[in-house]
Amino acid sequence: MFETADAVLLARIQFAFTVSFHFLFPAFTIGLASFLAVLNGLWLWTKDTKYLDLFRYWVKIFALAFAMGVVSGIVMSYQFGTNWSVFSDKAGPTIGAPMAYEVLSAFFLEAGFLGIMLFGRDRVGPTLHMIACLAVAVGTAISAFWILSVNSWMHTPAGFMIDPDTGQFLPTDFWQVIFNPSFPYRLAHTVTAAYLTTAFIVGGVAALHLLRHRHRRDRVSPATRTMFSMAMWMATIFAPVQIFLGDIHGLNTLEHQPAKVMAMEGHFESHPEGAPLYLFGLPNQAEQRLDYAIGIPKLSSLILKHDLNAPLAGLDTIPIEDQPPVAIVFWSFRVMVMLGFAMLGIGLWSAWSRWRGTLFDSPMLHRAALIMAPSGLVAVLAGWITTEVGRQPYTIYGYLRTADSAAPLDAAAVGSSLIAFVIVYFAVFGAGTYYIMRLMNRAPVVAEPRMKDHADGPIRTAGTTPAQQHKTRSIQPGE
Amino acid sequence: MPIADGVSFDLTVIWAFIIAFAVLVYVVLDGFDLGLGMLFAVEPEGHDRDVMMNSVAPVWDGNETWLVLGGGGLFAAFPLAYALILPALYVPIIVMLLALIFRGVAFEFRWKTKRWRPVWDLAFIGGSTMAAVAQGVALGGLLQGIDIDKAARSYSGGWWDWLTPFTLMVGLAVAVGYMLLGATWLVMKTEGRLQERMRGRAWLLGLATVAFMGVVSLWTPFLQDGYYSRWFGGWNIVLAAGVAAMVGLLALGMFRTLMVRHHDYWPFLCALGMFVLGFAGLGYSMYPYIVPVEVTIWEAAAPENSQIFMLVGAAVLIPIILSYTAYSYWVFRGKIDPNEGYH
Repeated sequence: MFETADAVLLARIQFAFTVSFHFLFPAFTIGLASFLAVLNGLWLWTKDTKYLDLFRYWVKIFALAFAMGVVSGIVMSYQFGTNWSVFSDKAGPTIGAPMAYEVLSAFFLEAGFLGIMLFGRDRVGPTLHMIACLAVAVGTAISAFWILSVNSWMHTPAGFMIDPDTGQFLPTDFWQVIFNPSFPYRLAHTVTAAYLTTAFIVGGVAALHLLRHRHRRDRVSPATRTMFSMAMWMATIFAPVQIFLGDIHGLNTLEHQPAKVMAMEGHFESHPEGAPLYLFGLPNQAEQRLDYAIGIPKLSSLILKHDLNAPLAGLDTIPIEDQPPVAIVFWSFRVMVMLGFAMLGIGLWSAWSRWRGTLFDSPMLHRAALIMAPSGLVAVLAGWITTEVGRQPYTIYGYLRTADSAAPLDAAAVGSSLIAFVIVYFAVFGAGTYYIMRLMNRAPVVAEPRMKDHADGPIRTAGTTPAQQHKTRSIQPGE
Repeated sequence: MPIADGVSFDLTVIWAFIIAFAVLVYVVLDGFDLGLGMLFAVEPEGHDRDVMMNSVAPVWDGNETWLVLGGGGLFAAFPLAYALILPALYVPIIVMLLALIFRGVAFEFRWKTKRWRPVWDLAFIGGSTMAAVAQGVALGGLLQGIDIDKAARSYSGGWWDWLTPFTLMVGLAVAVGYMLLGATWLVMKTEGRLQERMRGRAWLLGLATVAFMGVVSLWTPFLQDGYYSRWFGGWNIVLAAGVAAMVGLLALGMFRTLMVRHHDYWPFLCALGMFVLGFAGLGYSMYPYIVPVEVTIWEAAAPENSQIFMLVGAAVLIPIILSYTAYSYWVFRGKIDPNEGYH
């Protein structure tokens, strides 16, 4: 038994590790794909070259992040079978279909049009190139739809029955499977998080170059200003929206996964007459209490029940073996929320600066935006940890325990693959992150008035594009 | 072989064909770009490598997606098979995934650095080679059969059971075959001395591929009783001889168009034909088992309503996918212009 338990723990660490790495890339590219489609559309519409400059700048970064997302995603799609084969056998009949739909409706769309988006501007003309950009952006959104549907089903399973012979989850109503109770909230909250992640990275890069220009006392390119302005609009609009979405997602979680909310709030005890909001505390799960707790009386009840004196049940109502690991959930939730409010702060600050006409001349704001550049990525990971660790000890909430989901593998097998993944991920994605940061470190190039993408260095091939066909090669205006 | 009575052409069979189709498309598409990655090893650093990589840079991502459809489709349509096969082939699959990471990022990273370019070239070569060998080993591992505990619905063997002379041989065979696809692809996409070198390589690789196909075909029937009767029982031997003759004809056609006629695209098409025939032969050996010879496609299948729900989407979306994939290949058709290469 000892060996089995070990293998499960190692499989959990491996899954957490690989999914955390993977999730960062789509969190960034979902927003970036839309941003690129908007930039390309603005360029075609206004013929203002600053939009083309920005497109060329961000599309190189997108290509790098997308490639890393793809290769780490393929790992995820096979890891269900290699490490979690019992889960795969049981849940496959129900969630396999939405996952197959993700491949058919999203992955192929992204992959099929990515080549045209990156290399094809001169070959297919502006309209089809725009369609390719839209196809990639829509593909990332469709992908988010399906994978969050599957993930939500694991939190709030619906529309199935259990086969008494095989223990498989058999679908009875796919509408309920896909639109399960937590799905709309999770989808809205996660996609908005992805947009905010991109906004803060774009804003941080723009802020870096604004600060550099100020330091060097040279002219700021219109592209950099536009980049900062667009990013700050996103922060101003979407940070408050996200806090609202987070709140209603939390209420939904309280309804369906109360133990998770109890862990998020640190409520070991039930509060019959209004629960406090703990700002700080050290969860002590062994003793079932929150040490050094500092809280605001009744505020938790107000947030969760919209009533100061509403009773809230605590973890004392849940058997200890059914409780999620409280400390991880408690702290990751606080990290996410703090970053969310910091984003709101930047959004309001930038709106105030914009109103006063100092958006591009406020070094304090630019420094804050630069510091906040990775905040979206951190918040997304923290939120993901909150929701996934909060689901424990279940893979399919209330039905299938994590310990009963794993493949019948030797601990040695899972352990050695875990070591291999850790080494490869840090080496490969470390190098990729370095290349992305190096690209970000250069300011957007001000364009020559030409349309050709490879005029100032092509997109992901730094000097080479797949060749034009001799016979059909068209001469560009101005060539 | 026991084939369930009264089953003519049901949903499960359709799904088996869809999954097989996805895997076949993956094999021929990612086959040539993995093969091209292996051929990087014998090309000197520099201009020709740039041309080679650029010949697949806009399409490799789509090629690889068929692997995700093969795996995802297996999970969705035959969850039990997915749960049995993946733990059994744990090592080759993990190796393949890690190799595909190196191969995939090399497309981007190689252009982002001068000093480290040889390292990412090595990642491209090593990643492509390991992925190809691992896929062959996994195929061999499946063909030779895996130990399962039917009552527990789980794999019951160890994590090195797949390792046999047969699987290693299939691993080598698949790598050589992919290189043949890569070399003939480059004959089609390049010109001049690079193309001439590739003609020579394709010729040698073609000979090796035919030899490997012969060895695998003669070895496989002796792995399981069912395979033997499939190919050599009664009149079936005529079929076996027919398939062998067709492979031989395609191989002859490839050699002739390659070296005598100096065609650009026929060698690639002939090589593809050999792969399709080889794949069909494997399918014929295994059918109707999905885990030979323990679990049939019907035993592993998802319930009917899942199959129908997915079939609606597949029937609409797969033709659309094939159309825009074809369009993308059309956009990037023709020779790679070496003059427009690296500045």
